[in-house]
Amino acid sequence: MVQLTIVQAVKFALEQEMERDSDVLVLGEDVGINGGVFRATEGLFEKFGDNRVVDTPLSETGIVGAAIGLALYGLRPVAEIQFDGFLYSAFDQLISHAGRIRNRSRGRFHVPLVIRVPYGGGIRAPEHHSDSPESYLVHTPGIKVVTPSTPYDTKGLLISAIRDPDPVIFLEPKRIYRAIREDVPEEDYVVPLGEAKTIRAGNDVTLISWGAMVRQAMAAAEKLKGKIDVEVIDLRSLSPIDVETVTKSVAKTGRVVTVHEAPRTCGLGAEITALINERVFLSLKAPVERVTGFDVPFPLYKLEDYYLPSINRIIKGIEKVASF
Amino acid sequence: MPEEVVGKFEITMLKVLDVDGNCDETLKPRLSDEVIKKLFELMILSRTFDDIAVKLQREGRIGTYAPGRGQEATQVASAYALNDSDWFFPAFRENAVYITKNFPLEMLYEYWGGDERGEKIPDDFNAFTVAIPVGTQIPHAVGFAWACKFKGDKRAVLVYFGDGATSRGDFHEGLNFAGVFKLPVVFLCQNNQWAISLPDKRQTASKTLAQKAIAYGFEGKQVDGNDVFSVYKAVKEALDKARSGDGPTLIECVTYRMGNHTTSDDASRYRTKEEIEEWAKRDPIDRLRKYMKRAGLWNEEYEKRITVEAMEKVQKAVEKAESVQKPEVKDLFEWTYSDVPQRLREQQEELNLSLKERE
Repeated sequence: MVQLTIVQAVKFALEQEMERDSDVLVLGEDVGINGGVFRATEGLFEKFGDNRVVDTPLSETGIVGAAIGLALYGLRPVAEIQFDGFLYSAFDQLISHAGRIRNRSRGRFHVPLVIRVPYGGGIRAPEHHSDSPESYLVHTPGIKVVTPSTPYDTKGLLISAIRDPDPVIFLEPKRIYRAIREDVPEEDYVVPLGEAKTIRAGNDVTLISWGAMVRQAMAAAEKLKGKIDVEVIDLRSLSPIDVETVTKSVAKTGRVVTVHEAPRTCGLGAEITALINERVFLSLKAPVERVTGFDVPFPLYKLEDYYLPSINRIIKGIEKVASF
Repeated sequence: MPEEVVGKFEITMLKVLDVDGNCDETLKPRLSDEVIKKLFELMILSRTFDDIAVKLQREGRIGTYAPGRGQEATQVASAYALNDSDWFFPAFRENAVYITKNFPLEMLYEYWGGDERGEKIPDDFNAFTVAIPVGTQIPHAVGFAWACKFKGDKRAVLVYFGDGATSRGDFHEGLNFAGVFKLPVVFLCQNNQWAISLPDKRQTASKTLAQKAIAYGFEGKQVDGNDVFSVYKAVKEALDKARSGDGPTLIECVTYRMGNHTTSDDASRYRTKEEIEEWAKRDPIDRLRKYMKRAGLWNEEYEKRITVEAMEKVQKAVEKAESVQKPEVKDLFEWTYSDVPQRLREQQEELNLSLKERE
């Protein structure tokens, strides 16, 4: 066991996968000598050389497009997009190609690439450095989307993502990159894609969240201890989504709150609400509540604490469904 | 201090065969008579395929189709320059490229007839699928070439696009990567003068498209795209250069889209009869025919025979394509992920159920 933060777990997973498989390579802006602006690739350049840890031109379409080409040849590229807000210029490559190549070629080609994206707010950053783009991605057929909230899951999910035959967008909650330190096994292990995790058992309300919001959700649940018994699900895999873990919990509690940083309209909370309605409607004792970012661009930092779901807002959401 | 000149460049244009079929023997690539005839036959086959595709669309037997008429020399000669280990990445008008590399003709008709199975490239065929969004295939070819270099495999990658693509970011980002990493890729721009209704002079203020390569740090050249010899020579040299590790090349083939942009387009809305007539005089097939006639490689009987053969091949392909059973419902769901996720499987069941109820 080693004690690692999330960002260290990213590096640990990359390093182990690069050792295991010589076809794994890392590319992106400042990922080489500089070790990445968040230091997620620190030391890899020294260890694996500039052939496998590649500083690219400042070129998101080029990075994602070239990563598709690398993957088509059978390599396992892991591309870093420096910040969430810079992913948008590569959307054409993701939506028009990464997600469609297997289908278009009827399985002749596939794209085993990983795109790591530090995402989310709460770090006092300039504009375009705090977005949560998961809904755009989850809406796109053919690509998988995951986000860890712990160092353990970070390593296990990233290893799964690298070995997965489909394109995986790996969203890293940058706000908690260094907030948690926990035991991470040194040996090889995977956290399978498509599996959520119930991280707190409870009988009254199901609280569903992912990424940096999981900590807020847990804090809210703890504050309500003794009053409302809250079950907390860390979704981890946003696409494909773990329907069973969600519906089982809702069948038990009948009351649900979803929490995410992204704007509310067409946010993933809406999809979760729909799938609950489709499957466990008769178990519901209250309308599903959403505690989310607002339908405005992510603000500069003087307003970001208002924008991000706070523990108090989450508590209010839980109380609302509990008292319905 | 006087300003000093820190960069100078020139762009050349290669012309081997003129419009009357006169050949500059000093520039002519080494091609046997058999190969020259083969190139001619491939151009005839491609044009036959193309003409029939347009007819099929008019009869409602295939969907929207992008004709390649006029671009046969560029497509056939460039594809013919590829080694067996090389790969090509097409845009969407490169039927003659596929045909030259002996792609099953019926699959092309299947694809344009709305069936993805036509794009299931055979395992031993070194090409990627059609890319509809303009220029987006350029970074893929660059990444693929990068992988060849990474693995130490001696291959070159040839990527096709048009004049319109040079205005897009994908072109810039792809060429820039290729220059920085010195990748084994050849960028083949088919400047067919028109991006739907926009002439190439409105696409850019550059005098040539070839000169854009200069900014990325590698060679760019123009060739007469209606001359098989020029195209073959330039592409062959560029592919050899790529394979020997000397980096990328941009080749601008100056040619002309004689047909509409697609079967949904009406080019008479934006270009003149005079222009079309002018370019008709430079028809790539006529030009090679003139040369072959003079070289004793052509007579009417030969042309008649190969035209009949081409039509037979094409008709057989149409029959084959039209006899293929419609894809099954499960084909809609099967290919998006390596494993069909639960929710997608449920959507498939929902469709199956509704189809059963209708019966």
